[in-house]
Amino acid sequence: MSTSTNTTTSKSTATSTSTTTPTMSAYTDFSTGEPLADTKAPAGPVAERWDRRRFEAKLVNPANRRKHTVIVVGTGLAGGAAGATLAEQGYHVVQFCYSDSPRRAHSIAAQGGINAAKNYRNDGDSIHRLFYDTVKGGDFRARESNVHRLAQISVEIIDQCVAQGVPFAREYGGLLDTRSFGGVQVSRTFYARGQTGQQLLLGAYQALSRQIAAGNVEMHARTEMLDLIVVDGRARGIVARDLVTGAISAYFADAVVLASGGYGNVFYLSTNAMNSNATAVWRAHRRGAYFGNPCFTQIHPTCIPRTGDHQSKLTLMSESLRNDGRIWVPKAKGDTRPPAEIPEDERDYYLERIYPSFGNLVPRDIASRAAKNVCDEGRGVGPGGQGVYLDFADAIRRMGKEKVAEKYGNLFDMYERITAENPYEVPMRIYPAVHYTMGGLWVDYDLQTTVPGLFAIGEANFSDHGANRLGASALMQGLADGYFVLPSTINDYLARNPHATPVDDTHPEAVSVLRETRERVERLLAVDGDRTPDSFHREIGELMWEYCGMARTEAGLRKALARIPEIREEFWRRIKVPGTGAELNQSLEKANRIVDYLELAELMCLDALHRAESCGGHFREESQTPDGEAARQDEAFSYVAAWEFTGTGTAPVLHKEDLVFEYVHPTQRSYA
Amino acid sequence: MPINISRIMSWTFRDLRPYLRGMALATRTGRRPSITRTLWDSSVGKKTVMAVSGLIMLAYLVVHMLGNLKVFFGPEELNAYGHWLRHMGEPFLHSHWGLWAARIVLIVSVVAHAVSAYQLSRRDLKARPVAYAHKRRRAGYATRTMRWGGIIVGLFIVWHILDLTTLTVNERAWEGHPYQNLLATFSTWYGNTIYIVAMAAVALHVRHGFWSAAQTLGAGNARRDKTLKFLAHALALVLFAGFVSVPVGVMTGVVS
Amino acid sequence: MKLTLRVWRQQNADAPGAMVTYEVDGVSKDMSFLEMLDTLNEDLILRGEEPVAFDHDCREGICGACSLVINGDAHGPERTTTCQLHMRSFTDGDTIDVEPWRAAAFPVVKDLVVDRSAFDRIIQAGGYITAPTGSAPEAHATAVPKADADHAFEHAECIGCGACVAACPNGSAMLFTSAKVNHLNVLPQGAPERETRVLDMVATMDDEGFGGCTLTGECATACPKGIPLPSIAAMNREWLRAVRKGPRRP
Repeated sequence: MSTSTNTTTSKSTATSTSTTTPTMSAYTDFSTGEPLADTKAPAGPVAERWDRRRFEAKLVNPANRRKHTVIVVGTGLAGGAAGATLAEQGYHVVQFCYSDSPRRAHSIAAQGGINAAKNYRNDGDSIHRLFYDTVKGGDFRARESNVHRLAQISVEIIDQCVAQGVPFAREYGGLLDTRSFGGVQVSRTFYARGQTGQQLLLGAYQALSRQIAAGNVEMHARTEMLDLIVVDGRARGIVARDLVTGAISAYFADAVVLASGGYGNVFYLSTNAMNSNATAVWRAHRRGAYFGNPCFTQIHPTCIPRTGDHQSKLTLMSESLRNDGRIWVPKAKGDTRPPAEIPEDERDYYLERIYPSFGNLVPRDIASRAAKNVCDEGRGVGPGGQGVYLDFADAIRRMGKEKVAEKYGNLFDMYERITAENPYEVPMRIYPAVHYTMGGLWVDYDLQTTVPGLFAIGEANFSDHGANRLGASALMQGLADGYFVLPSTINDYLARNPHATPVDDTHPEAVSVLRETRERVERLLAVDGDRTPDSFHREIGELMWEYCGMARTEAGLRKALARIPEIREEFWRRIKVPGTGAELNQSLEKANRIVDYLELAELMCLDALHRAESCGGHFREESQTPDGEAARQDEAFSYVAAWEFTGTGTAPVLHKEDLVFEYVHPTQRSYA
Repeated sequence: MPINISRIMSWTFRDLRPYLRGMALATRTGRRPSITRTLWDSSVGKKTVMAVSGLIMLAYLVVHMLGNLKVFFGPEELNAYGHWLRHMGEPFLHSHWGLWAARIVLIVSVVAHAVSAYQLSRRDLKARPVAYAHKRRRAGYATRTMRWGGIIVGLFIVWHILDLTTLTVNERAWEGHPYQNLLATFSTWYGNTIYIVAMAAVALHVRHGFWSAAQTLGAGNARRDKTLKFLAHALALVLFAGFVSVPVGVMTGVVS
Repeated sequence: MKLTLRVWRQQNADAPGAMVTYEVDGVSKDMSFLEMLDTLNEDLILRGEEPVAFDHDCREGICGACSLVINGDAHGPERTTTCQLHMRSFTDGDTIDVEPWRAAAFPVVKDLVVDRSAFDRIIQAGGYITAPTGSAPEAHATAVPKADADHAFEHAECIGCGACVAACPNGSAMLFTSAKVNHLNVLPQGAPERETRVLDMVATMDDEGFGGCTLTGECATACPKGIPLPSIAAMNREWLRAVRKGPRRP
C-alpha cells in the first residue's frame, strides 16, 4: 500500500481518464502549504487543559458585553445553546435559521441518546474512559485535547438539560435512567424514549426563546445565510436572504458563529433534513476558512431502504435494533422468494459468520460496508436489491412478542408506517445511508476557524469525532460546543479585539459581497434551461454515493473528480429556476444550495483521494487488511487535512495538522 | 309579577360595555389585575364564567324538573308548591324575596353565560376566517349544536316566562294557578312543539355543556373522563325525560 | 396511480388564492405524500410554471414543518404527519384537495406555506424554565417521580406543527399551549414559574388571535403525536390555580 504524494497524484491524473478536462487535472494537482497547528490548546496534562485555557482566556467586562454583537447562524443544538448562552452572558445576539421556527433544526431528529460520563451506574465509567472510547472510536483521527474537554463537559450537559426540564427517562426511584449504546461496555447514554434529540433541542429552543423575549436575541427565522463578510481579515458579518421577501441584506457583528450543521445532503439521499445544506460552511470556506477532513462521512447501517426513484430522503432507525435483530441475506444470488420461504440453511447471517465475536453488533462502518458487499454480490433483497434483512423472528421466539414490542414498539410502528410491512411477521429490510459528517470547518481549540472572528460549532466543525463518530456523541458535542465551549472561548477573541471599527452596508467589502450574492441569484434565475434543481442534486448525489460513499477507490474517485466539473458546467447551462428572486422561491433556494454542493463534492473526492489509507468511515479499498478490514496508515496519515480554497475548480492547498497521541495510543481496531 | 326582560338585558349590556372595550387594553405587565378582570379578559376565564353560570343553571334545572313532577299529583299539590315558592323564607324574608333572590342569581347566570358565549363565539369565528374548501363532517352533534342550541334555549326561556311567569301569552292566564295555566299551554299543538323541541335542545346542551364545564374547571382527566361523560349523558336524559313527561302526561290524559 | 389534485395556490400573503386542479400520473403507492408533490413540482418546473410551495424539512415526522390539510383533515387521513403519509392511503383515480392550515393566527405566506410564528411567541411568553447555562445543580439533586417524568414527556412530544389549530373549528391553540404548560408545570424544576408561565402563555395565545376552546376534540384527533385532550383540562386547572393564588412576580 503506497500513499500517493502530490506529484504522483497529478501525474496519474494526466493519464487516468479520457474525460479529463484541463480544470480537473489542475484541481487534483494540489500543493501542500504550511503545516497548521492548534495554538490555543494549552500544554500540560490533558485533564487540566480546559481549566487552564479558561483561566488564560481574556474576559469581557459584563458591562461591555451588550456593546458586542455576535451573529449565530443556525438554531440546532449547538446554535440554539450558543445563542441562548451568549445572550444570558449579556452579548447582543443576532441569530438566523432557514426554517419558520428555531425549533425545527434537524438536531430534533436524533433518536438514540446523549453520552455523559456520570458513572451513575457505578460500572467503571469515567471522564477518562469516555475520552478514551471517543478517541478510539474516531479511529485516532481526532485531537486529544478537544476530546478530553468534550468528555469533561458531558457531565455538565446533563445537569444543564435536567434543570431546563428536559424529560429524560427515569427509573421508579425518580433518578435518571441510562442505557448502553453503540457497542460500548458502560451504560452512559441518557435518553428520552426515541426522541432524545427532540427533547434536548426543545430545551435549547426554550432557553433561546426566553432570550428572544428578553430582547437579547434578535431572531431571523426563514432567513438563510448566503455569504460571509470579511473585513481586514476578520469575520464581520454575513449576507443573508429573507426567504419570504427575497430581500438580500447584510448583517454585521463583532464575531460570527456558524452552527449550520453537516453537509450530508451532498449525497442527495441521506438522513439529513431536506433543507439541511452546506452553503454557510462552504461560503465561509471560500472566504478563507479551511475545510477539515471533508471526506469523513458516517454511513449508518440501519436505515429504511429506498423504494424507487421518487425517494426524497432516507429514514434512520435506531441502531439499538441490532441488539436483538439478526441480519441476513439469501445465500443464492437473485433469490426472490419471500423471506419466510427461504429455509434456514439457505440464509447467510453474514455478520455473525464474518465477525463471530461481535456478530450483529460490529461498529457502524463495518456493518454498513458488509451490507454493501453482499448487495454488490447480487444477494440484496427488496426493490432494486438494495437491502438486507433484519430479522426479529428469533428475538420474538426467545423474548416473546410483548417484550419485543416494549423494547422496539415505536421503531416497529415507524417502519410499518413507512413500508406497510409488519416487522413482527416479515423481517425488516435495512440499508446503509449517509447520516453524519465528521468533517467540517477546521477550528482550533477555541472553535475558531482560520478566519479570525469566525467560529464553527457542532456538526459544522470538524473537531471532535475524528474519522468516525460514536453513537450518542453528536448531541453531546453540539451541546458542549454551544452551552460551554464557545461562550467561554469567544470572550477571549472579543476581549482582544475591542471596538473593532464599525462596518456597515457602505463598506466596500460589504458592497462587493452583497453584489456577488445578488449576481449569483440573478444568474440562477436567468439561465432558464431545461433541468430542475432536483435533477442536478440527484445526479451529484448518486455520483458521490457511488464513488465517495461506503467504499472508495482511486479509480472511482478520479472518475468522480472528472465528472463533477462537467456537471457543474452543465448546471450553469441547463438549470431552470422558475419565479423571481423577490418572493418565497423554494426552487431558487435549492438551486443556490446545489451550486455549493457542486464545489464541496469535488473537495470531498479530492480529500478521499489524497487520504490513501482507510480509517473510520473512510474506507479505501486499496488499504485493507488481508481479511478485508480497514487498514489505517498512521505513519503517513496521522494528521488533519485542512484545505484552503483557491478558486472554483482550481487546486486547493493542503495544510496538515499533525495529530499527537499522548494518552490513547493508536491500535488497530479488531472486531473479528 | 311581570318582568321586563329587554330592560334588564339592555341595562346589563350597558354596564358591561366598558369591560368589553377594556379587554384588549389589559396588559401583562405592571399592576396585578383583579381576579375578576383576569377572568373576564381571558378566553379561558370567560369559559370559566360560562362553566360556573352553566352549572348554576343546570342545578336550577334539576330542581325545576323535580318540582314539575308534582303535576302528576294533582292541581292542589302543584299550586301549593307554587304558593310556597312565592313565600319561600317567610317569615324571616318578606314575601317574594326568596323567589327574587333565586331569580337574580339565575338572571345573572343567564346574562353572564350569554354574554360570554357571544364574545367567545365572536372570537372563535374571527380566529377562523377562511373555511376549508373541502367540507367534511366535524365534531360531534352536541358540540356543533351548542351555539344554535343555546339560542333556541334562550328564546324558549323568553317564551316560557311570558307564558307561565308573566302569563302574557298564556291562554288561561290564571294568576296563582300554575297547574291550570300549564294545562292550557300543553293543550295547544304549538305549546307542546315548542316545549319538546326546546327540551331536546336543553338536553343536547347539557350533554356537552356539563362535560365541557368540567374540563373548563379543570376537573377532567383521562381516568375521570368516562365518569364525567356518563354523568353528562345521564343528566341530559333525566332532564329530558322529566321535563317532557309533563306535556306527554297532558297529551295522554294522565294529567288533566 | 393517477390522481387529480386540487391545490390551494396563492402568490403571496396579500394576493387572492384559489384551488387549482392538476393531474398527476404514475404515482407509486410507496411514495410519501410529499414525494408525490415533489413529482408534481418537477413537472411544473419543466412546464415553466411555479412549483407548489409547501413547508417540509425532516420528512420523518419530528420537525413539525409539514402542514397540509388533505381532504379536510390536518395531515390527511392517517394519524401522522403529512411527510409520513403514504400514497397507499389513497386509491387510483382519487381527487385530493390540498389546502394550507387555516387560522387567523396562521396567515398564508404562499400557496400551502403559513406563518406559525405565533407559536414561537407563545413559547417566548413563558414556555421555558429559567436555568441559565452553568447554574444547574447536579442532575440527581432532585428526583422526579417516574409518573411525573412520563407525564412531562408525553406532553413534551408536541412538535409544534399546528395541526391542532388547523383542525379546530375555532382556530384555537389550547392543545399546543397546554402541552407545554403540562410538560413544564408538572416538573419540580418548573414549579417556581408555574403561575406566571400559564398566565402569560394563555394571555399571549389570546393576543395572537387564536380562538377559544369549545372542547370539540378535533385537535386531539388530528395531533400526530397524540397529545391527549385532557391536557386542556389540566391547563385550565393550572390557570385557575394561578388566578386564585396570583402570579409570583417581583
